[in-house]
Amino acid sequence: MRAPAPAYTSNDGVIDAARAALGGNLIDAVEHIGEIALHVKRDALYDVMIALRDTPGLAYQQLMEIAGVDYPDRVERFEVVYCLLSLTRNHRIRVHVAADEETLVPSVTPIWPVAGWLEREVYDLYGVLFSGNTDLRRILTDYGFRGHPLRKDFPMTGYVEMRYSEEAKRVVYEPVQLAQDFRTFDFQSPWEGAEYALPGDEKAALPQAKGAPTPLSADAIQKADAAQSATKAPTAPSEPYAKKDATSTAQSGAGDANPGNQKQDKPVESDVVPTKGGGQNQ
Amino acid sequence: MSDYVDELLHVEDASDPSVGDVAIQNYTINFGPQHPAAHGVLRLVMELDGEIVERVDPHVGLLHRGTEKLIEYKTYTQALPYFDRLDYCSPLCMEHSWVLAVEKLLDLEVPERAQYLRVFFAELTRISNHMLNLGSHVMDVGAMTPNLWMFEIREDCMNFFERVSGARMHSNYFRPGGVHQDAPLKLLTDIGDWLDTRLPRLFEDAISLVAENRIFKQRNVDIAVVSRDDAIKWGFSGPMIRGSGIAWDLRKSQPYDVYAKMDFDVPVGTRGDCYDRFMVRVEEVRQSARIMKQCLRDMPDGPIASLDRKVVPPKRAEMKHSMEALIHHFKLYTEGFHVPAGDVYVATESPKGEFGVYLVADGSNKPYRCKIRPTAFSHLQAMDFMLKGHMLADTTAVLGAMDIVFGECDR
Repeated sequence: MRAPAPAYTSNDGVIDAARAALGGNLIDAVEHIGEIALHVKRDALYDVMIALRDTPGLAYQQLMEIAGVDYPDRVERFEVVYCLLSLTRNHRIRVHVAADEETLVPSVTPIWPVAGWLEREVYDLYGVLFSGNTDLRRILTDYGFRGHPLRKDFPMTGYVEMRYSEEAKRVVYEPVQLAQDFRTFDFQSPWEGAEYALPGDEKAALPQAKGAPTPLSADAIQKADAAQSATKAPTAPSEPYAKKDATSTAQSGAGDANPGNQKQDKPVESDVVPTKGGGQNQ
Repeated sequence: MSDYVDELLHVEDASDPSVGDVAIQNYTINFGPQHPAAHGVLRLVMELDGEIVERVDPHVGLLHRGTEKLIEYKTYTQALPYFDRLDYCSPLCMEHSWVLAVEKLLDLEVPERAQYLRVFFAELTRISNHMLNLGSHVMDVGAMTPNLWMFEIREDCMNFFERVSGARMHSNYFRPGGVHQDAPLKLLTDIGDWLDTRLPRLFEDAISLVAENRIFKQRNVDIAVVSRDDAIKWGFSGPMIRGSGIAWDLRKSQPYDVYAKMDFDVPVGTRGDCYDRFMVRVEEVRQSARIMKQCLRDMPDGPIASLDRKVVPPKRAEMKHSMEALIHHFKLYTEGFHVPAGDVYVATESPKGEFGVYLVADGSNKPYRCKIRPTAFSHLQAMDFMLKGHMLADTTAVLGAMDIVFGECDR
C-alpha cells in the first residue's frame, strides 16, 4: 500500500483464524484494500461477536463503530457493518450482516454496552431493528421525526422544514419549499457510460407499433394465418370485459374533477396534527 | 420553634422519625440544551435524589445537520469542508481522517513534505483544541484565569491557521494527495519561535495555577472513575482511554503519515478519574510541541501534493501555458476524481479520541456512503454510569473532562 493510511499488523492468517473460530456462521471473508471484511449470518451474530472477542488469536476487545449502508437493489437492502478493534493484537476487522426493514438483527449490547447508541443511530437513520436493545429510540433526528433519512430513497432535502412562527408563537413544521432546485450535474463523459435521457428518447425503447408492412403475397398471408391458428389457444369466451391493467382508464381518475392527488387524498399522518396556523406540530 | 417545625413537617411522633415524615421523591431536571457548561447543545435529563445524580439520559442530535447525507451528494473534494464543521475545535484532525480514507481507496502516494505539513498542523490543531478544553474544564469547576491565558495560545494558533490556509477555523487545508498550499518559510520559523518561547511560558503559567491547586483537585480527583475494563467495553479512545491507564494512541500503534518517524511519549493516567484525564491532555500538549519541533527539524523540501494530475489539480501558473493542465483543472473542479469501488474504515487520533471514517465508494465521483465515527458518541453514552452516585455539581467536571463538541457528536 502506497497511501500513508494508518498501518496496523498484517492480515496474514486472520481469515483462517476467523474461519476456524466461526465455522458455518461465516458466509464469506473478503480481503480488499488491506482490510478484512467478514460476512456472517445474521441470526448467529451474537455468537460470532463472542467468538471474535474471546478466541485467542482474534481477540477483538473493542467495538468502535456500527455503520448502516443502504443498497436498495439487494434482496435484503441494508448492511450493518461492525468495526472491531483489537488492542492487544493491534488489528482491525469489519463484520457485515445483511438486513431489511422487517428482519431483526441481534443486539450486541450485552457484549459491548457502547453498542446501545450505535444501534440506536442505525435504527434512526435506516430503520434497521435490533432485538435485545432495550432503548431503541431515535437519537440524531428531531423528536417525532418520521422516516429514516439516510435511506437512498429519502430525499436529501427531507419532507418538512421548520421555522419559528411569530403568529403561533412556537415552532411550526411545513412542507419543504425550495426557492431553487438542487443543482446536481452529471459530469460523466458520454463514453464512460453516462445515461442521458433526452426528451423523446423513451419512444425508442418502446416496441415498434405495426406500421404499414411490406405488401405480402396471398400465399404468405395464408401460411402466417395457418401457423398462428395452430399455436394460439382459443380465447375463453368468459373473459371479463374490464381488464385491470395500466391502460385501463377505469380507476385512474382521468377526467375526474378530483384526479386523486389532492391534499385530502393523502394518507393522514397520525401524529401530525394540523393546527390553526396551518403548520404541522409534531 | 421546634413545635413549629414539627408541625410543618407533620411529625406526629418524635421517637419514630419515619412516621409522618416528609416523603422526598426523586425529581427530574433538564440540564441544557442551553447551558454554558454543556459545551454546546446537550440536553441531559437527570434524575436527582436530593443532590445525588441517580440517572442521566443524554439527549443528543440537537445539532444534527445531516453531514453524512450531504456528503453522498458531493464530490470527494467538495465533501472535505464538511469535516471542518464536525469538530470545529480541531478542524484539521477531522480532515485528516477523510483525506487518508480517500487516499487509501485511491492507493495514492503522498509526497513527504505534504505528510510532514499534515502532521505539523494536525499537532497544532491538537494544541489549539486542548487549550479550549483544558481552559473550559477549569472554568467549569470554578477557576477563571487559566481559561483566559489559554485563549491567548488558542488565538496564536488561529493566527497560524489563518496564515497557512486563509481561514481561522474552517481551514479546508488538507487535500487527498497532500495539502492545498505550501507553508511559507516565515510562518514555519514563526511557529518555531512560538513553540520555543511563548507557548511554554503561557501554558506552564496557566497550568501551574491549577495542576496542584487544592480546590481543583477537590473537584476532580476520584470523580467519575473509569476502570480499564469499562473503558474498553464502552469503546473509549484518546485521552479517555489513556486516562484509565491504557497506553493506546493511534499515532503510536497505527502510525499514519510520518508519525512513525516521530519520537514522542504517550501519557497515561493511574486512577482513571477526571483529574487524570485533565493531566493526560496537559502532557499531550507538551508532546505535541515536541512532535512539531521534530517536524520543523526534519521537514524536507519538495512538492506539497501528489503529482498525479488525475487527483490533484495543477497550480494556477501551470494552467497559463499548459492545455493539459487547464483540462485537468476543469475536470477536477467540475466532475472531480473517480474513486475505485471498495470500502475502508480509517481512524486517526483526533485530540478527542479515535475519529474514524467508514467510506464506501462505488467507483463514481461521489461517495456512496460516508459514516463518520464521532469520538463523543461512546464517551457521552458512558455518562450515565460515570455520574451515578455523584453530586449534581460534578456533572460539569465530568463533561469538561470528556471533551465533547457537538458538531462532531451530532454530525
